[in-house]
Amino acid sequence: MKGLFLNFSLLVALLASCAPVDLNAAIPTFETGVDSNAWAQIPAGEFYFGQHEDIETTEAYEIMITDVTAAQYADFLNAALADNYVKTDGGQIVGFYPGDKFHAIKHEEEIKAGDWIYILLNDPSQKIKFDGTTFTVQTGFKNHPMTMVSWFGAQGYCEYFNSRLPTEMEWEKAGRGTDERSFPWGAEIMRENANFYSSRDPFEDMSTFGSRTSPVGFYNGQKYGDFQTQDSASPYGLYDMAGNVWQWTGDVYEGMHYRFMRGGSKDTYDMDLRLWVRNNATPTYFSPGVGFRCVRDK
Amino acid sequence: MQLIKDRFNYLFGSTKGLILVAIAMIGIVTAVWGMLSGPMAEMGVREVVIKLLGMKIVQAEREGRIVILYHSIAMAIIAIETYMITSLLKMKPFFKIAINAIITVGYILTMIFGMGFAYFGHNWAFHGIYIFGLSLIFFAGVLLIIALWPWNPEYYVTDKEYAHTKKGVDLERVAFFATAVTTVISALFGAVPGSYFGNGFETFLAENIIRLPEKTTMEYSIIGHLHIMLALICIMITLIIGRWLNFKGILHKVAMPLMILGTIVLNLGVWGVVTPLEPVAHMVIYVGATPSMVAALLLLIWSWGKLIREGTAHIQKPSFGQKIGALLRDPLKFGPTWQMLFMNFTTSGIGIFMAIKLDEVFRVWPAREERIELTGHWHVLSAIVATIILLYFGDMNGFRGKLRQWYGWSIIILSDIAFGAVTVFEMKRLFVPEAEQQPLVNGLMYAIDFGLGMLMVILAALLVYRLIDLFKNKGRWIEELDHELAREVDK
Repeated sequence: MKGLFLNFSLLVALLASCAPVDLNAAIPTFETGVDSNAWAQIPAGEFYFGQHEDIETTEAYEIMITDVTAAQYADFLNAALADNYVKTDGGQIVGFYPGDKFHAIKHEEEIKAGDWIYILLNDPSQKIKFDGTTFTVQTGFKNHPMTMVSWFGAQGYCEYFNSRLPTEMEWEKAGRGTDERSFPWGAEIMRENANFYSSRDPFEDMSTFGSRTSPVGFYNGQKYGDFQTQDSASPYGLYDMAGNVWQWTGDVYEGMHYRFMRGGSKDTYDMDLRLWVRNNATPTYFSPGVGFRCVRDK
Repeated sequence: MQLIKDRFNYLFGSTKGLILVAIAMIGIVTAVWGMLSGPMAEMGVREVVIKLLGMKIVQAEREGRIVILYHSIAMAIIAIETYMITSLLKMKPFFKIAINAIITVGYILTMIFGMGFAYFGHNWAFHGIYIFGLSLIFFAGVLLIIALWPWNPEYYVTDKEYAHTKKGVDLERVAFFATAVTTVISALFGAVPGSYFGNGFETFLAENIIRLPEKTTMEYSIIGHLHIMLALICIMITLIIGRWLNFKGILHKVAMPLMILGTIVLNLGVWGVVTPLEPVAHMVIYVGATPSMVAALLLLIWSWGKLIREGTAHIQKPSFGQKIGALLRDPLKFGPTWQMLFMNFTTSGIGIFMAIKLDEVFRVWPAREERIELTGHWHVLSAIVATIILLYFGDMNGFRGKLRQWYGWSIIILSDIAFGAVTVFEMKRLFVPEAEQQPLVNGLMYAIDFGLGMLMVILAALLVYRLIDLFKNKGRWIEELDHELAREVDK
């Protein structure tokens, strides 16, 4: 009898594991008041880089204070489609990339000049909708970070607006400032600081769809309903430099086709939100947990 | 006073007492530190534990803490294996006492002061004692090598049932010796870069530098070290289980040369990672791993055959069902080799599948996903070794009848549920799109937590039983005072 009960319980748990996920479940909408068109000024100079705090230097540059939002990306696609900067190719949007120098190192894959995927249109997780002429954003996600975008789609966006993806050094300096902090706001992390896995923010439901993105600049000290956030801007005033979505960076390293991401995401534990933590994937990779922001030289 | 002295003599002077203490130490560390990560952290238990125990931990130092945690647990496992070796194999009493004493002091210092340094403020005297503890374990390893020297005529075998050379050199002893020698050498591959990185406070975890085409010699050395040490712990427990079950016959004669060859070649391959031979080192590792795994398979075939033969000896023509019944009759004897077989689904199989599909599948995914696969499969491998030790320890405790059945089958079934779920968790992207995986993750987490949680309950029950026993004047501990494992080897 006991054995039967145990088996039945396990069977119920396994069946529950196969339950379908409603990717279009309603999402709470909040205005954060943070301007996603604003840029922060980063001065030239030294800073602590990486886990082991090597001293590195950058020139002065400007960086977006938030991730690129879904609305900004939809506007870009509308403009870029009209300019023939991007085109539709089956169920995806593609754009030209001039290719990388190939060194034939073990595991390296050649990135040739040609059209590469920016976004996949018909993926259930894609928040950008296309009716054949116009790109729009799924209701509730306009001020959320643009996700489901490949590295090509991220760098294509930045390039279109005469900017570029940040190097890893630029990204880290913008998030860390000039001291040795682990997170943009300081040495430790709490649930009120950032959107990470099981951080109990208003957007997640761990029993069904799990974590979801939060609007850019959400963790700015405001109270949203019952949820009080802490102002978690970086020393230079950037938001979401830890959590919410991984952010593509622009470095192309010799002998590697992988592109690096920084910042951790809604799908990772707090340890991956430390400023020096690196992640990487092939440049064609896209995910509900990966976005980007741009920099421009001064 | 005599009461305490007697118990102390049992716990630190007898083989079974020493093993009990080490298991208890690992159990406590696992129970407490297991609450600092994963679902326990999600539920907020981590914060309670940190406050309750007065831990002083900061996010920036996570990697260093984990390195010390891994070493603390691993040293206790190595101590347990060493106690088993000194009790199972013939050696001079001086060596046995010296090795056991040194390794006991070594692992306890490593564990207490290492964890004290890592989690309770950075007292550098603690760090020094932690390093001293590790050094003692290394020295105990050197002594073990001397004690195991197989070319001493005293240890020659004449029984034709066991693998030996024409002169009589015991090949099983050579296998133990080769594993001990390569373990001590491989420890240096961690000690040297450990000193280098530790001195500059530049701790890193190997899984965080995967995919980087350029690695330094020191980084390669760390990567090689962690892989080979775990492999050697596995090889040693296989030899120990073989000795306990009294592995012999033709399969023993084939298995032992394979085990010696595999151990040496595997180590040469791993050591080669830090040399200009690095590009071919992986091939050498595969070549070395194969004979070792074949040897383990031969042990499995032999032991299952023996269980079936003995279990059906009273039946003239046993049916298939009766044979299976005989095989499964004693979970403590069947369990260790079953776990070795199960390991192929959770570790070797996953490893081979990943190697084949690496660029096509796994390296299209983010590096953090690949890290889950890597850390998942070696955690499972380590835990499988732990369950094998617990199964053998159940036999050492003299469990009989229903208790033996419940204890043995609970460990096998609960651990395999957990390890199987971990394996599916590692591979979940093969079955479910990233955005839709949460219900699967939840189900798997229930299975993992249920399996591991219940295992910890069983371990706690075992330890409480042994603690109560220690308060008895004529408890089991009295019987175990001078029990040597060699006397309990299967006939």
